Amino acid sequence: MTAPSVVGAPPDKPNALVELLLRLGDDRLVLGHRLGEWCGHGPILEEDIATSNVALDLLGQATMFLHLAGEIEGKGRDEDALAYFREVVEFRNCQLVELPNGDFGFTIARQFLFDVYAVVTLDALSRGSHADVAAISAKALKEATYHLRHSAEWMLKLGDGTDESHRRVQSALDALWRFTPELFVMDDVDREMLAAGVGMDLEQLRHEWDRVVRDVVAEATLTLPHDVVRPAGARGGRTGAHTEHLGHMLAEMQIVARSHPGATW
Amino acid sequence: MVSRSVPTRDAVLAVLDTVMDPEVPVLTVRELGIIRDVSVAASGVVTVTVTPTYSGCPAIRTIEDDIIAALDRAGFGGAEVVTAFAPAWTTDWIEPAAREKLRAYGIAPPGMVEAGALVQLTRARVAPSCPYCGSPDTEIRSEFGSTACKSLCYCRTCCQPFEEFKAH
Repeated sequence: MTAPSVVGAPPDKPNALVELLLRLGDDRLVLGHRLGEWCGHGPILEEDIATSNVALDLLGQATMFLHLAGEIEGKGRDEDALAYFREVVEFRNCQLVELPNGDFGFTIARQFLFDVYAVVTLDALSRGSHADVAAISAKALKEATYHLRHSAEWMLKLGDGTDESHRRVQSALDALWRFTPELFVMDDVDREMLAAGVGMDLEQLRHEWDRVVRDVVAEATLTLPHDVVRPAGARGGRTGAHTEHLGHMLAEMQIVARSHPGATW
Repeated sequence: MVSRSVPTRDAVLAVLDTVMDPEVPVLTVRELGIIRDVSVAASGVVTVTVTPTYSGCPAIRTIEDDIIAALDRAGFGGAEVVTAFAPAWTTDWIEPAAREKLRAYGIAPPGMVEAGALVQLTRARVAPSCPYCGSPDTEIRSEFGSTACKSLCYCRTCCQPFEEFKAH
């Protein structure tokens, strides 16, 4: 939906730093919520606890990034307002994280692809020039590192496990692969932030991501899917174009806050 | 009642030494290493700077409330808690005496944080000794435990499951 524009008025140029923070926060908010859906449904107790723990870390990171986004935006929105009172087209997460959980193999493969992305991007951001962004990223990086250890180990166990686990995690990888090019698209926001010394060179980081993903996939006796070429100009989650799944997820995530605004307990 | 006298920094620290971590109630918030600064303004208002352990630690709000309540009870009303993210919290800040308290409580204390490669795949780390019988014949069952800061372990000697405070 586009807001009706006043003829002659200059279009609102989004603040690149706020946009970057929304992307970082929304990736974690949405994936954290998805992982939370496993709570009480994990295949074994340890993994039920593990996915809930990772979900908590991601929600905590989302809180920090979104809080800062709201502060810099200066419109009086805190992290809760941003999480519960934005519409689906205002979310800036990548599509990868909003996909439904599928089976445990799908959740692990999605997590693994994201965890590698989180580690390489947070490492770059933690060395950036914006003190708050760097501090939050450095803190989140410590957590992302052990999230990756967990998901990578499961890639090995499932890929190099039984025929059934191998088949399932391979089909998950095949289905997820077309959502990965979006992670590395550089747009105006990324270019402005990179030039300002705050952001990251996603095209450069892609090589690092590729190397780790390829190593683990090979070790897990899995086959890397064929590279997908992203159509030029294709829109994605970073500009508010989402799969049909995000709206359903948000409906569930936001209903209590919207039904009882300002409720406390 | 809100006291208007200006407390000394040491008096504030003494109060903080009575505030326990809600999830590991043998450690004070200072022993846990999350108190990064204490300042007292000329007006007497106390500001305590806290850094979270894990980003998603659900205890952080409780800890902030506990600090403010304890200071209030000591007559230092109107205290403020501010959050600092840098430098990121590490278990290396937990002193040896506090580590011993953890062990006595049945939680294996954290080892030192190793600076490894950015992406490390093999779990080379050695399982911690059993806090109950001291046996090194243990295994790590899961890196994720009842709270974000702990892992689940098992002692093969005394057949006792136990928790480890993870190096972080």
